[in-house]
Amino acid sequence: MEEFIQHTINGLSLGSIYALVALGYTMVFGVLQLINFAHGDIFMVGSFFGLYAMRFFAPHFQPGPVLAILVMGCAMTASAVLGVLIEHLGYKPMRRAPRINILITAIGISLFLEYGGQLVFGASPQFFPPFFEKTQFHIFDSVTIDSNQISIFLIACLLMTALQFLVFKTQFGRSMRALSHSLDTANLIGINVNQVIRITFMLGSTLAGAAGVLYALAYPKVEPLMGVLPGLKAFVAAVLGGIGNITGAVIGALILGLSETYVAGYISSTYRDALAFIILIIVLLVRPSGLLGKKRIEKV
Amino acid sequence: MSTSLLALEVNHLSVNFGNVQALKNISFNVPTGSIISLIGANGAGKTTTLRSISGAVERKGEVKLFGNSISGLEPYQVAGKGIVHSPEGRGIFPNLTVLENLKLGTMTGPHAEDHFDQNLSECYLLFPRLKERLRQMAGTLSGGEQQMLAIARALIGEPKVLLLDEPSLGLAPQVVKLIFEIILKINREKKVTVLLVEQNAKQALKVSDYAYVLEVGTISLEGKGSELLNNDSVRKIYLGEH
Repeated sequence: MEEFIQHTINGLSLGSIYALVALGYTMVFGVLQLINFAHGDIFMVGSFFGLYAMRFFAPHFQPGPVLAILVMGCAMTASAVLGVLIEHLGYKPMRRAPRINILITAIGISLFLEYGGQLVFGASPQFFPPFFEKTQFHIFDSVTIDSNQISIFLIACLLMTALQFLVFKTQFGRSMRALSHSLDTANLIGINVNQVIRITFMLGSTLAGAAGVLYALAYPKVEPLMGVLPGLKAFVAAVLGGIGNITGAVIGALILGLSETYVAGYISSTYRDALAFIILIIVLLVRPSGLLGKKRIEKV
Repeated sequence: MSTSLLALEVNHLSVNFGNVQALKNISFNVPTGSIISLIGANGAGKTTTLRSISGAVERKGEVKLFGNSISGLEPYQVAGKGIVHSPEGRGIFPNLTVLENLKLGTMTGPHAEDHFDQNLSECYLLFPRLKERLRQMAGTLSGGEQQMLAIARALIGEPKVLLLDEPSLGLAPQVVKLIFEIILKINREKKVTVLLVEQNAKQALKVSDYAYVLEVGTISLEGKGSELLNNDSVRKIYLGEH
């Protein structure tokens, strides 16, 4: 039982990181019906900017909330800027192009960031120092939760609550949801669709940047290809929850995070990475629209 | 007619979709305070005309609003100038609540945002049924209610010119009648200029001050609503009379 609780704690922590990334996939898909394959790499760039911010601020600040906010802030801002640039230079000129062209653009941007990252940041992994003194709390005799896990979970919850507010209570959120139903109608009734798309990319990338730092906190090693696997897994989480559905992305990510840690704990960690793709195949076979996704009726 | 009396002037409008010429050099005017309709069959170019006025399709030719050119503006900027579009197929957002749909009507500008509460209560007078359904998802409304919502949302945007695309499409005759009564009210009481696109020629001509008949991208006939209602070829082709 205690082992199970321990796995659950670890799984929730991992799942909340996936959730932050999955939200970006699902929001962008919602407005543009586009899978932004560069999203995992924005996550990577976020953690690198977090690392540089950490190196810059660490001599001046004690580990603690202030340092955390500075590092997260830098990473999130840099990712937001990157996301907006990618949308503006990569996707906006392709707005009327066939889907396949946009998909290939996305893959191109992804490769550009990965290998451009190797050029700029260097290919070898770098250590990411924690911005809190890591302390362990014992819940039961053998169940522990450390300060990193708590901060990951809390920050993720905070960001997701903020997003929820933005999407469901503000005019921007209404516009975004309107776009996800029909870009054309939104355009006609006076919504500045390009601006909504830009802000959507910005928000998604901000969350990815935050997730990058949190991931580096849990697995303190950053390198230019680190975004590939978490990116793909978060994509699977978004598909599992029903791509385009914001609540679905969070649920899908938590399910994925939990099942990964259960599989690693009870079966073998060898299968851990395979699990996401097994889930993807099952979802596509059994329920392609995902847990909360709507069936799309193709009109002829 | 002097320019200032014209809400909209459409001059030499042409639209191409690939090799297909959807609109061939059409010109017409919409005097301030009037209801003007464009009638015609499927594929005649009615919707394209409205969409090109809104700036949603690439076009040649000029569109003027109260004498000022609005060429080259994005649809949201056109809406901001006061030309508010109620799209065809009851262009509402089914995944949003009725109230959320109405709030999106204020995207036309800060004036509409400021007057939202007031405009909303005026909308309740025109569409009492919407008031009961504010928290409901718009997709759960009946067809007629969805059309009312689309018109109400456009009114929330404080239009100077209202572009209505097929408001009677797919509605029961009773509801169609009601919708046209409301269109008349909007025009007479709220002093909103209306450019109406309709396949339901009979109803459209009844409420229109002036009308144009579109036929495969050109204006084939024009005249006062009442005149066209009695025109032999209109009766034959569009009103199904022999």
